[in-house]
Amino acid sequence: MSAPSAASPAASADRSPQALSMGPLGRVAEGTLAMAQAEMRKLRHDHLDIITRSVQPLLWLFIFGTALSNTRALTLGKLEYRAYLAPGVMAQAAMFIAIFFGLSVIWERDVGQLQRLLATPLSRTSIVLGKAAGACVRALVQALLLLVVLAVFGIGVRWSLTGVLGTLVMLMVGTAAFACMSMLLAAVVKERERFMGIGQLIMMPLFFASSALYPLAIMPAWLRAVARVNPLTYEVQGLRQMLDGVGGRGVLWLDFLVVIGFFAVMLVAATRAYPKAIL
Amino acid sequence: MSAAPPAVLVDDLVVRFGEFEAVGGISFAVAPGEVFGLLGPNGAGKTTTIRVLTTLLEPSEGRALVAGFDVRSDSLAVRASIGYIPQAISVDGALTAYENLDFYGRVTGVPRRERRERIDEAVETMELEDMLDRLARTLSGGMLRRLEIASALLNRPAVLFLDEPTVGLDPNARAMVWERLAALREHAGTTILVTTHLMEEAERQCDRLGVMDQGRLIEQGAPAELIERHRTDSLEDVFRTITGRAIHETEDDEEGRLSDVRAQRRVARRLG
Repeated sequence: MSAPSAASPAASADRSPQALSMGPLGRVAEGTLAMAQAEMRKLRHDHLDIITRSVQPLLWLFIFGTALSNTRALTLGKLEYRAYLAPGVMAQAAMFIAIFFGLSVIWERDVGQLQRLLATPLSRTSIVLGKAAGACVRALVQALLLLVVLAVFGIGVRWSLTGVLGTLVMLMVGTAAFACMSMLLAAVVKERERFMGIGQLIMMPLFFASSALYPLAIMPAWLRAVARVNPLTYEVQGLRQMLDGVGGRGVLWLDFLVVIGFFAVMLVAATRAYPKAIL
Repeated sequence: MSAAPPAVLVDDLVVRFGEFEAVGGISFAVAPGEVFGLLGPNGAGKTTTIRVLTTLLEPSEGRALVAGFDVRSDSLAVRASIGYIPQAISVDGALTAYENLDFYGRVTGVPRRERRERIDEAVETMELEDMLDRLARTLSGGMLRRLEIASALLNRPAVLFLDEPTVGLDPNARAMVWERLAALREHAGTTILVTTHLMEEAERQCDRLGVMDQGRLIEQGAPAELIERHRTDSLEDVFRTITGRAIHETEDDEEGRLSDVRAQRRVARRLG
Protein backbone atom coordinates (compact mmCIF):
# COMPACT_ATOMS: atom_id res chain seq x y z
CA MET A 1 0.00 0.00 0.00
CA SER A 2 1.58 3.30 -1.03
CA ALA A 3 2.07 6.03 1.52
CA PRO A 4 0.00 9.14 1.00
CA SER A 5 1.91 12.33 0.48
CA ALA A 6 2.79 13.86 3.81
CA ALA A 7 1.15 17.18 4.50
CA SER A 8 3.11 19.73 6.41
CA PRO A 9 1.95 19.99 10.00
CA ALA A 10 2.86 23.66 9.92
CA ALA A 11 -0.49 24.43 8.37
CA SER A 12 -2.27 23.60 11.62
CA ALA A 13 0.51 23.95 14.10
CA ASP A 14 0.30 27.74 13.92
CA ARG A 15 -3.15 27.57 15.54
CA SER A 16 -3.28 26.25 19.07
CA PRO A 17 -6.51 24.44 19.95
CA GLN A 18 -8.85 26.51 22.11
CA ALA A 19 -8.71 23.91 24.88
CA LEU A 20 -5.06 24.81 25.42
CA SER A 21 -5.68 28.52 25.93
CA MET A 22 -5.60 27.88 29.69
CA GLY A 23 -2.13 27.33 31.21
CA PRO A 24 -1.00 23.87 32.40
CA LEU A 25 -1.69 24.64 36.08
CA GLY A 26 -5.10 26.05 35.23
CA ARG A 27 -5.92 22.87 33.31
CA VAL A 28 -4.81 20.68 36.23
CA ALA A 29 -6.98 22.73 38.62
CA GLU A 30 -9.98 22.75 36.26
CA GLY A 31 -9.75 19.00 35.62
CA THR A 32 -9.34 18.17 39.30
CA LEU A 33 -12.28 20.37 40.28
CA ALA A 34 -14.45 18.93 37.50
CA MET A 35 -13.81 15.40 38.74
CA ALA A 36 -14.44 16.37 42.38
CA GLN A 37 -17.67 18.08 41.37
CA ALA A 38 -18.79 15.00 39.45
CA GLU A 39 -18.21 12.94 42.59
CA MET A 40 -20.31 15.36 44.66
CA ARG A 41 -23.08 15.16 42.10
CA LYS A 42 -23.01 11.37 42.25
CA LEU A 43 -23.33 11.51 46.04
CA ARG A 44 -26.28 13.87 45.69
CA HIS A 45 -28.02 11.29 43.51
CA ASP A 46 -27.25 8.44 45.88
CA HIS A 47 -27.84 9.36 49.53
CA LEU A 48 -28.02 5.71 50.45
CA ASP A 49 -24.36 5.30 49.61
CA ILE A 50 -23.31 7.83 52.24
CA ILE A 51 -25.62 6.33 54.84
CA THR A 52 -24.38 2.79 54.30
CA ARG A 53 -20.76 3.90 54.31
CA SER A 54 -21.30 5.77 57.57
CA VAL A 55 -22.53 2.69 59.40
CA GLN A 56 -19.15 1.02 59.63
CA PRO A 57 -17.32 3.74 61.63
CA LEU A 58 -20.33 4.06 63.91
CA LEU A 59 -20.24 0.32 64.60
CA TRP A 60 -16.59 0.59 65.55
CA LEU A 61 -17.29 3.58 67.72
CA PHE A 62 -20.38 2.34 69.54
CA ILE A 63 -19.85 -1.43 69.69
CA PHE A 64 -16.09 -1.93 69.75
CA GLY A 65 -15.54 1.41 71.53
CA THR A 66 -18.14 0.76 74.22
CA ALA A 67 -16.99 -2.82 74.80
CA LEU A 68 -13.35 -1.82 75.19
CA SER A 69 -14.28 1.16 77.40
CA ASN A 70 -15.96 -1.23 79.81
CA THR A 71 -12.91 -3.46 80.12
CA ARG A 72 -10.85 -0.43 81.25
CA ALA A 73 -7.85 -2.25 79.77
CA LEU A 74 -6.29 0.92 78.40
CA THR A 75 -4.94 3.74 80.51
CA LEU A 76 -5.92 6.95 78.81
CA GLY A 77 -6.09 9.36 81.74
CA LYS A 78 -9.31 11.33 81.74
CA LEU A 79 -9.93 10.66 78.07
CA GLU A 80 -12.90 8.44 77.30
CA TYR A 81 -11.95 5.49 75.05
CA ARG A 82 -14.59 6.37 72.45
CA ALA A 83 -13.10 9.86 72.14
CA TYR A 84 -9.68 8.23 71.77
CA LEU A 85 -11.06 5.84 69.16
CA ALA A 86 -12.97 8.44 67.08
CA PRO A 87 -9.94 9.80 65.13
CA GLY A 88 -8.85 6.21 64.49
CA VAL A 89 -12.16 5.10 63.00
CA MET A 90 -12.43 8.37 61.07
CA ALA A 91 -9.05 7.70 59.42
CA GLN A 92 -9.83 4.02 58.94
CA ALA A 93 -13.17 4.69 57.25
CA ALA A 94 -11.53 7.25 54.94
CA MET A 95 -8.76 4.78 54.14
CA PHE A 96 -11.36 2.12 53.26
CA ILE A 97 -13.01 4.55 50.83
CA ALA A 98 -9.67 5.52 49.34
CA ILE A 99 -8.29 2.01 48.93
CA PHE A 100 -11.44 0.62 47.36
CA PHE A 101 -11.51 3.60 45.00
CA GLY A 102 -9.09 1.52 42.94
CA LEU A 103 -11.97 -0.83 42.22
CA SER A 104 -13.98 1.97 40.68
CA VAL A 105 -11.08 3.02 38.48
CA ILE A 106 -10.75 -0.55 37.20
CA TRP A 107 -14.48 -0.46 36.48
CA GLU A 108 -14.05 2.85 34.66
CA ARG A 109 -11.37 1.24 32.54
CA ASP A 110 -13.71 -1.66 31.78
CA VAL A 111 -16.59 0.57 30.71
CA GLY A 112 -14.51 2.96 28.60
CA GLN A 113 -14.55 6.07 30.82
CA LEU A 114 -10.82 5.97 31.39
CA GLN A 115 -10.06 5.77 27.66
CA ARG A 116 -12.28 8.80 27.12
CA LEU A 117 -10.52 10.78 29.83
CA LEU A 118 -7.10 9.85 28.47
CA ALA A 119 -8.07 11.15 25.04
CA THR A 120 -8.93 14.60 26.46
CA PRO A 121 -6.39 17.36 27.15
CA LEU A 122 -6.44 16.44 30.87
CA SER A 123 -2.95 15.68 32.16
CA ARG A 124 -2.25 12.41 33.94
CA THR A 125 -1.61 14.36 37.13
CA SER A 126 -5.00 15.92 36.74
CA ILE A 127 -6.68 12.55 36.30
CA VAL A 128 -4.94 11.10 39.37
CA LEU A 129 -5.60 14.22 41.45
CA GLY A 130 -9.20 14.31 40.24
CA LYS A 131 -9.77 10.70 41.26
CA ALA A 132 -8.11 11.39 44.63
CA ALA A 133 -10.33 14.46 45.04
CA GLY A 134 -13.33 12.23 44.40
CA ALA A 135 -12.27 9.93 47.27
CA CYS A 136 -11.69 13.01 49.45
CA VAL A 137 -15.23 14.27 48.80
CA ARG A 138 -16.69 10.97 50.01
CA ALA A 139 -14.34 10.82 53.01
CA LEU A 140 -15.16 14.41 53.91
CA VAL A 141 -18.91 13.82 53.93
CA GLN A 142 -18.43 10.71 56.05
CA ALA A 143 -16.14 12.54 58.50
CA LEU A 144 -18.62 15.41 58.88
CA LEU A 145 -21.37 12.92 59.71
CA LEU A 146 -19.10 11.28 62.29
CA LEU A 147 -18.34 14.66 63.87
CA VAL A 148 -22.07 15.36 64.10
CA VAL A 149 -22.60 12.01 65.84
CA LEU A 150 -19.74 12.77 68.27
CA ALA A 151 -21.37 16.11 69.11
CA VAL A 152 -24.89 14.69 69.44
CA PHE A 153 -23.80 11.86 71.75
CA GLY A 154 -21.54 14.13 73.78
CA ILE A 155 -18.46 12.02 73.20
CA GLY A 156 -15.73 14.01 74.87
CA VAL A 157 -13.53 15.30 72.08
CA ARG A 158 -11.94 18.73 72.37
CA TRP A 159 -13.99 21.01 70.16
CA SER A 160 -12.26 23.95 68.52
CA LEU A 161 -12.61 25.49 65.08
CA THR A 162 -8.91 25.11 64.26
CA GLY A 163 -8.93 21.55 65.59
CA VAL A 164 -11.87 20.56 63.38
CA LEU A 165 -10.49 22.33 60.32
CA GLY A 166 -7.05 20.82 60.88
CA THR A 167 -8.66 17.40 61.28
CA LEU A 168 -10.45 17.72 57.97
CA VAL A 169 -7.29 18.92 56.20
CA MET A 170 -5.24 16.03 57.60
CA LEU A 171 -7.99 13.60 56.63
CA MET A 172 -8.09 14.96 53.07
CA VAL A 173 -4.34 14.64 52.60
CA GLY A 174 -4.31 11.13 54.06
CA THR A 175 -7.29 10.05 51.95
CA ALA A 176 -5.73 11.48 48.79
CA ALA A 177 -2.50 9.61 49.57
CA PHE A 178 -4.27 6.27 50.06
CA ALA A 179 -6.38 6.89 46.95
CA CYS A 180 -3.17 7.38 44.94
CA MET A 181 -1.82 4.18 46.49
CA SER A 182 -5.00 2.45 45.40
CA MET A 183 -4.61 3.70 41.81
CA LEU A 184 -1.03 2.43 41.84
CA LEU A 185 -2.34 -0.93 43.00
CA ALA A 186 -5.03 -0.88 40.28
CA ALA A 187 -2.31 -0.23 37.69
CA VAL A 188 -0.45 -3.33 38.86
CA VAL A 189 -3.38 -5.67 39.55
CA LYS A 190 -5.71 -4.60 36.68
CA GLU A 191 -8.52 -7.04 37.54
CA ARG A 192 -11.33 -6.34 39.98
CA GLU A 193 -11.45 -9.78 41.56
CA ARG A 194 -7.73 -9.80 42.29
CA PHE A 195 -7.84 -6.20 43.49
CA MET A 196 -10.42 -7.10 46.16
CA GLY A 197 -8.14 -9.72 47.69
CA ILE A 198 -4.98 -7.65 47.55
CA GLY A 199 -6.83 -4.57 48.80
CA GLN A 200 -7.92 -6.47 51.92
CA LEU A 201 -4.43 -7.87 52.33
CA ILE A 202 -2.97 -4.37 52.43
CA MET A 203 -5.73 -2.61 54.31
CA MET A 204 -6.13 -4.82 57.35
CA PRO A 205 -2.42 -4.82 58.35
CA LEU A 206 -2.29 -1.05 57.78
CA PHE A 207 -5.25 -0.65 60.13
CA PHE A 208 -4.24 -3.04 62.91
CA ALA A 209 -0.55 -2.11 62.81
CA SER A 210 -1.33 1.54 63.52
CA SER A 211 -2.41 3.64 66.46
CA ALA A 212 -6.03 3.66 65.24
CA LEU A 213 -7.36 1.33 67.96
CA TYR A 214 -4.75 1.40 70.71
CA PRO A 215 -1.62 3.31 71.69
CA LEU A 216 1.74 2.27 70.29
CA ALA A 217 2.95 1.83 73.85
CA ILE A 218 0.98 -1.38 74.39
CA MET A 219 2.29 -3.02 71.23
CA PRO A 220 5.13 -5.54 71.23
CA ALA A 221 8.39 -4.06 69.96
CA TRP A 222 8.20 -5.65 66.50
CA LEU A 223 4.65 -4.39 65.93
CA ARG A 224 5.60 -0.94 67.20
CA ALA A 225 8.43 -0.88 64.65
CA VAL A 226 5.94 -1.71 61.88
CA ALA A 227 3.49 0.92 63.15
CA ARG A 228 6.22 3.57 63.10
CA VAL A 229 6.66 3.17 59.33
CA ASN A 230 2.91 3.02 58.73
CA PRO A 231 1.60 6.36 57.40
CA LEU A 232 -1.81 5.67 58.92
CA THR A 233 -0.20 5.89 62.38
CA TYR A 234 0.91 9.45 61.70
CA GLU A 235 -2.45 10.42 60.22
CA VAL A 236 -4.26 9.08 63.31
CA GLN A 237 -1.78 10.70 65.68
CA GLY A 238 -2.32 14.02 63.96
CA LEU A 239 -6.09 13.69 64.07
CA ARG A 240 -5.96 12.67 67.72
CA GLN A 241 -3.74 15.60 68.56
CA MET A 242 -6.23 18.00 66.96
CA LEU A 243 -9.45 16.35 68.18
CA ASP A 244 -8.43 15.00 71.60
CA GLY A 245 -5.38 17.08 72.47
CA VAL A 246 -3.27 13.92 72.84
CA GLY A 247 -1.08 12.24 70.27
CA GLY A 248 1.70 9.74 69.90
CA ARG A 249 4.62 12.03 70.44
CA GLY A 250 2.66 15.25 70.44
CA VAL A 251 4.58 16.61 67.43
CA LEU A 252 1.84 17.67 65.06
CA TRP A 253 4.12 19.11 62.38
CA LEU A 254 5.90 15.77 62.09
CA ASP A 255 2.58 13.98 61.57
CA PHE A 256 1.62 16.45 58.85
CA LEU A 257 5.06 16.17 57.27
CA VAL A 258 4.91 12.37 57.08
CA VAL A 259 1.35 12.33 55.65
CA ILE A 260 2.11 15.07 53.09
CA GLY A 261 5.36 13.29 52.14
CA PHE A 262 3.47 10.01 51.72
CA PHE A 263 0.92 11.79 49.54
CA ALA A 264 3.64 13.37 47.37
CA VAL A 265 5.38 10.02 46.82
CA MET A 266 2.12 8.22 46.03
CA LEU A 267 0.99 11.01 43.69
CA VAL A 268 4.22 10.84 41.68
CA ALA A 269 4.16 7.03 41.58
CA ALA A 270 0.48 6.86 40.63
CA THR A 271 0.89 9.52 37.95
CA ARG A 272 3.71 7.47 36.41
CA ALA A 273 1.99 4.09 36.63
CA TYR A 274 -1.67 4.96 36.33
CA PRO A 275 -3.69 5.42 34.20
CA LYS A 276 -1.98 4.20 31.02
CA ALA A 277 -0.73 1.02 32.67
CA ILE A 278 -4.29 -0.01 33.38
CA LEU A 279 -5.43 0.10 29.74
CA MET B 1 -8.27 16.68 -5.46
CA SER B 2 -8.54 19.25 -2.67
CA ALA B 3 -5.40 21.17 -1.71
CA ALA B 4 -6.38 21.19 1.96
CA PRO B 5 -4.03 19.08 4.13
CA PRO B 6 -5.56 15.83 5.32
CA ALA B 7 -7.41 15.83 8.64
CA VAL B 8 -5.73 12.51 9.41
CA LEU B 9 -2.52 11.23 7.90
CA VAL B 10 -1.12 7.81 8.72
CA ASP B 11 2.23 6.96 7.21
CA ASP B 12 3.74 3.47 7.49
CA LEU B 13 2.39 3.02 11.02
CA VAL B 14 3.57 0.01 13.00
CA VAL B 15 2.39 -1.00 16.48
CA ARG B 16 3.98 -3.94 18.27
CA PHE B 17 3.13 -5.49 21.62
CA GLY B 18 6.31 -7.40 22.41
CA GLU B 19 6.80 -9.86 19.56
CA PHE B 20 3.25 -9.44 18.30
CA GLU B 21 2.71 -6.95 15.48
CA ALA B 22 -0.84 -5.61 15.89
CA VAL B 23 -0.52 -3.05 13.10
CA GLY B 24 2.00 -3.66 10.36
CA GLY B 25 2.93 -0.61 8.32
CA ILE B 26 -0.37 0.92 7.31
CA SER B 27 -0.79 4.22 5.41
CA PHE B 28 -3.89 6.24 4.64
CA ALA B 29 -5.18 9.81 4.63
CA VAL B 30 -8.58 11.22 5.53
CA ALA B 31 -9.68 14.46 3.89
CA PRO B 32 -11.37 17.20 5.96
CA GLY B 33 -15.12 16.60 6.20
CA GLU B 34 -14.85 13.00 5.06
CA VAL B 35 -16.38 9.97 6.79
CA PHE B 36 -13.65 7.34 6.65
CA GLY B 37 -14.31 3.82 7.85
CA LEU B 38 -11.80 1.26 9.03
CA LEU B 39 -13.46 -2.02 8.20
CA GLY B 40 -12.31 -5.42 9.33
CA PRO B 41 -12.94 -8.33 11.67
CA ASN B 42 -12.13 -8.30 15.39
CA GLY B 43 -8.37 -8.40 15.85
CA ALA B 44 -7.67 -6.72 12.49
CA GLY B 45 -5.93 -3.77 14.20
CA LYS B 46 -8.71 -1.16 13.85
CA THR B 47 -8.96 -0.32 17.54
CA THR B 48 -5.16 -0.29 17.90
CA THR B 49 -4.97 2.19 15.02
CA ILE B 50 -7.63 4.41 16.56
CA ARG B 51 -5.83 4.26 19.90
CA VAL B 52 -2.67 5.54 18.26
CA LEU B 53 -4.58 8.34 16.55
CA THR B 54 -6.18 9.36 19.86
CA THR B 55 -2.75 9.21 21.58
CA LEU B 56 -3.71 6.35 23.91
CA LEU B 57 -0.93 4.23 22.41
CA GLU B 58 2.48 5.22 21.08
CA PRO B 59 3.33 3.92 17.63
CA SER B 60 6.36 1.63 17.41
CA GLU B 61 7.30 3.00 13.99
CA GLY B 62 5.97 5.38 11.36
CA ARG B 63 4.05 8.55 12.00
CA ALA B 64 0.54 9.85 12.28
CA LEU B 65 -0.82 13.38 12.13
CA VAL B 66 -4.26 14.39 13.34
CA ALA B 67 -5.53 17.89 12.55
CA GLY B 68 -1.95 18.65 11.54
CA PHE B 69 -0.46 17.64 14.89
CA ASP B 70 1.92 14.73 15.36
CA VAL B 71 0.49 12.10 17.73
CA ARG B 72 3.92 11.46 19.21
CA SER B 73 5.46 14.91 19.57
CA ASP B 74 2.31 17.02 19.92
CA SER B 75 -0.06 14.65 21.65
CA LEU B 76 -1.65 17.32 23.85
CA ALA B 77 -2.65 19.39 20.80
CA VAL B 78 -4.06 16.22 19.18
CA ARG B 79 -6.18 15.48 22.27
CA ALA B 80 -7.40 19.07 22.31
CA SER B 81 -8.46 18.78 18.66
CA ILE B 82 -10.41 15.54 18.70
CA GLY B 83 -13.50 13.84 20.05
CA TYR B 84 -13.24 10.15 20.88
CA ILE B 85 -15.86 7.58 21.69
CA PRO B 86 -14.52 4.15 22.60
CA GLN B 87 -16.43 0.96 21.92
CA ALA B 88 -17.46 0.53 25.54
CA ILE B 89 -19.99 3.03 26.90
CA SER B 90 -18.02 5.85 28.44
CA VAL B 91 -20.57 8.21 29.98
CA ASP B 92 -21.06 8.01 33.74
CA GLY B 93 -24.28 6.21 34.60
CA ALA B 94 -24.42 7.82 38.04
CA LEU B 95 -24.66 11.33 36.57
CA THR B 96 -27.54 12.85 34.61
CA ALA B 97 -27.20 13.41 30.87
CA TYR B 98 -26.69 17.13 31.48
CA GLU B 99 -24.08 16.54 34.17
CA ASN B 100 -22.18 14.25 31.83
CA LEU B 101 -22.17 16.96 29.17
CA ASP B 102 -21.05 19.58 31.67
CA PHE B 103 -18.27 17.28 32.90
CA TYR B 104 -16.92 16.59 29.41
CA GLY B 105 -17.21 20.28 28.57
CA ARG B 106 -14.96 21.07 31.52
CA VAL B 107 -12.37 18.36 30.96
CA THR B 108 -12.08 19.11 27.24
CA GLY B 109 -11.29 22.74 28.00
CA VAL B 110 -14.48 24.46 26.82
CA PRO B 111 -14.39 27.97 28.35
CA ARG B 112 -16.96 28.48 31.08
CA ARG B 113 -18.70 31.37 29.27
CA GLU B 114 -19.27 29.22 26.17
CA ARG B 115 -20.10 25.95 27.86
CA ARG B 116 -23.85 26.39 28.14
CA GLU B 117 -24.16 27.41 24.50
CA ARG B 118 -22.02 24.50 23.31
CA ILE B 119 -24.06 22.05 25.38
CA ASP B 120 -27.29 23.45 23.89
CA GLU B 121 -25.84 23.06 20.40
CA ALA B 122 -24.75 19.46 20.99
CA VAL B 123 -28.09 18.61 22.62
CA GLU B 124 -29.94 19.96 19.62
CA THR B 125 -27.71 18.15 17.11
CA MET B 126 -28.16 14.81 18.91
CA GLU B 127 -31.81 15.43 19.85
CA LEU B 128 -31.34 14.90 23.57
CA GLU B 129 -33.67 17.63 24.87
CA ASP B 130 -36.07 15.30 26.68
CA MET B 131 -33.52 13.30 28.60
CA LEU B 132 -31.17 15.89 30.09
CA ASP B 133 -32.35 15.38 33.69
CA ARG B 134 -32.34 11.61 33.55
CA LEU B 135 -29.51 9.58 35.10
CA ALA B 136 -27.47 8.14 32.24
CA ARG B 137 -27.94 4.61 33.58
CA THR B 138 -31.66 4.90 32.84
CA LEU B 139 -31.16 5.75 29.14
CA SER B 140 -31.51 3.23 26.33
CA GLY B 141 -28.50 2.10 24.28
CA GLY B 142 -29.24 4.44 21.38
CA MET B 143 -29.75 7.41 23.70
CA LEU B 144 -26.46 6.63 25.46
CA ARG B 145 -24.59 6.60 22.18
CA ARG B 146 -26.13 9.91 21.17
CA LEU B 147 -25.25 11.35 24.58
CA GLU B 148 -21.68 10.16 24.13
CA ILE B 149 -21.44 11.71 20.69
CA ALA B 150 -22.90 14.96 22.04
CA SER B 151 -20.31 14.98 24.82
CA ALA B 152 -17.55 14.49 22.23
CA LEU B 153 -18.73 17.48 20.19
CA LEU B 154 -18.44 20.11 22.92
CA ASN B 155 -14.88 21.10 22.06
CA ARG B 156 -15.88 21.32 18.36
CA PRO B 157 -13.42 18.61 17.34
CA ALA B 158 -11.62 18.74 14.02
CA VAL B 159 -11.83 14.95 13.91
CA LEU B 160 -14.32 12.68 15.64
CA PHE B 161 -13.17 9.10 16.30
CA LEU B 162 -15.85 6.48 16.82
CA ASP B 163 -14.85 2.93 17.69
CA GLU B 164 -17.67 0.56 16.68
CA PRO B 165 -20.34 3.15 17.57
CA THR B 166 -23.32 0.95 16.79
CA VAL B 167 -22.18 -2.31 18.34
CA GLY B 168 -24.90 -3.72 20.59
CA LEU B 169 -27.63 -1.43 19.22
CA ASP B 170 -30.88 -2.53 17.63
CA PRO B 171 -31.47 -1.48 13.99
CA ASN B 172 -33.66 1.51 14.91
CA ALA B 173 -31.13 2.91 17.37
CA ARG B 174 -28.37 2.26 14.84
CA ALA B 175 -30.24 4.20 12.16
CA MET B 176 -30.85 7.06 14.60
CA VAL B 177 -27.16 7.30 15.49
CA TRP B 178 -26.16 7.45 11.81
CA GLU B 179 -28.88 9.96 11.05
CA ARG B 180 -27.53 12.26 13.77
CA LEU B 181 -23.94 11.78 12.56
CA ALA B 182 -25.04 12.75 9.04
CA ALA B 183 -26.70 15.88 10.47
CA LEU B 184 -23.51 16.71 12.35
CA ARG B 185 -21.46 16.35 9.22
CA GLU B 186 -23.82 18.53 7.25
CA HIS B 187 -24.01 21.14 9.97
CA ALA B 188 -20.37 21.33 11.09
CA GLY B 189 -18.38 19.52 8.41
CA THR B 190 -16.71 17.39 11.06
CA THR B 191 -14.29 14.75 9.83
CA ILE B 192 -15.30 11.34 11.13
CA LEU B 193 -13.11 8.27 11.42
CA VAL B 194 -15.13 5.23 12.37
CA THR B 195 -14.25 1.59 12.90
CA THR B 196 -16.80 -1.06 12.12
CA HIS B 197 -17.08 -4.70 11.23
CA LEU B 198 -20.59 -4.25 9.80
CA MET B 199 -20.36 -4.36 6.01
CA GLU B 200 -23.75 -2.84 5.30
CA GLU B 201 -23.08 0.10 7.61
CA ALA B 202 -19.65 0.68 6.08
CA GLU B 203 -21.06 0.62 2.57
CA ARG B 204 -23.89 3.03 3.27
CA GLN B 205 -22.34 5.50 5.69
CA CYS B 206 -18.68 5.93 4.73
CA ASP B 207 -17.28 8.03 1.90
CA ARG B 208 -14.18 5.90 1.81
CA LEU B 209 -13.01 2.74 3.51
CA GLY B 210 -9.77 1.19 4.61
CA VAL B 211 -10.14 -2.59 4.79
CA MET B 212 -7.95 -4.13 7.51
CA ASP B 213 -7.02 -7.71 8.19
CA GLN B 214 -4.37 -9.09 10.55
CA GLY B 215 -2.82 -5.69 11.11
CA ARG B 216 -2.52 -4.82 7.42
CA LEU B 217 -4.49 -2.33 5.34
CA ILE B 218 -5.35 -4.59 2.46
CA GLU B 219 -7.49 -2.24 0.39
CA GLN B 220 -8.84 1.30 0.42
CA GLY B 221 -11.25 3.40 -1.62
CA ALA B 222 -14.89 4.38 -1.89
CA PRO B 223 -17.26 1.44 -1.21
CA ALA B 224 -18.63 1.41 -4.78
CA GLU B 225 -15.12 1.69 -6.17
CA LEU B 226 -13.95 -1.33 -4.15
CA ILE B 227 -16.91 -3.41 -5.28
CA GLU B 228 -16.28 -2.46 -8.88
CA ARG B 229 -12.53 -2.98 -8.65
CA HIS B 230 -12.96 -6.55 -7.41
CA ARG B 231 -15.99 -7.23 -9.62
CA THR B 232 -18.12 -8.40 -6.73
CA ASP B 233 -21.62 -7.64 -5.46
CA SER B 234 -20.79 -6.55 -1.94
CA LEU B 235 -18.03 -5.53 0.45
CA GLU B 236 -18.35 -8.93 2.10
CA ASP B 237 -17.28 -10.45 -1.21
CA VAL B 238 -14.48 -7.91 -1.58
CA PHE B 239 -13.09 -9.10 1.75
CA ARG B 240 -13.52 -12.73 0.71
CA THR B 241 -11.81 -12.14 -2.63
CA ILE B 242 -8.76 -10.54 -1.03
CA THR B 243 -8.35 -12.78 2.04
CA GLY B 244 -9.91 -16.01 0.85
CA ARG B 245 -12.32 -16.12 3.80
CA ALA B 246 -15.45 -14.39 5.03
CA ILE B 247 -15.18 -11.61 7.59
CA HIS B 248 -17.44 -13.48 10.03
CA GLU B 249 -15.31 -16.64 9.90
CA THR B 250 -12.48 -14.51 11.21
CA GLU B 251 -14.71 -13.17 13.97
CA ASP B 252 -15.60 -16.69 15.04
CA ASP B 253 -11.89 -17.36 15.53
CA GLU B 254 -11.60 -14.30 17.72
CA GLU B 255 -14.63 -14.97 19.84
CA GLY B 256 -12.80 -17.63 21.80
CA ARG B 257 -10.75 -14.95 23.57
CA LEU B 258 -12.02 -14.46 27.11
CA SER B 259 -11.20 -10.75 27.16
CA ASP B 260 -13.21 -10.17 23.97
CA VAL B 261 -16.19 -12.10 25.24
CA ARG B 262 -16.14 -10.22 28.54
CA ALA B 263 -15.79 -6.88 26.79
CA GLN B 264 -18.67 -7.64 24.42
CA ARG B 265 -20.89 -8.76 27.28
CA ARG B 266 -20.10 -5.63 29.26
CA VAL B 267 -21.05 -3.42 26.32
CA ALA B 268 -24.20 -5.41 25.66
CA ARG B 269 -25.17 -5.22 29.35
CA ARG B 270 -24.62 -1.46 29.44
CA LEU B 271 -26.59 -0.92 26.28
CA GLY B 272 -29.46 -3.01 27.57
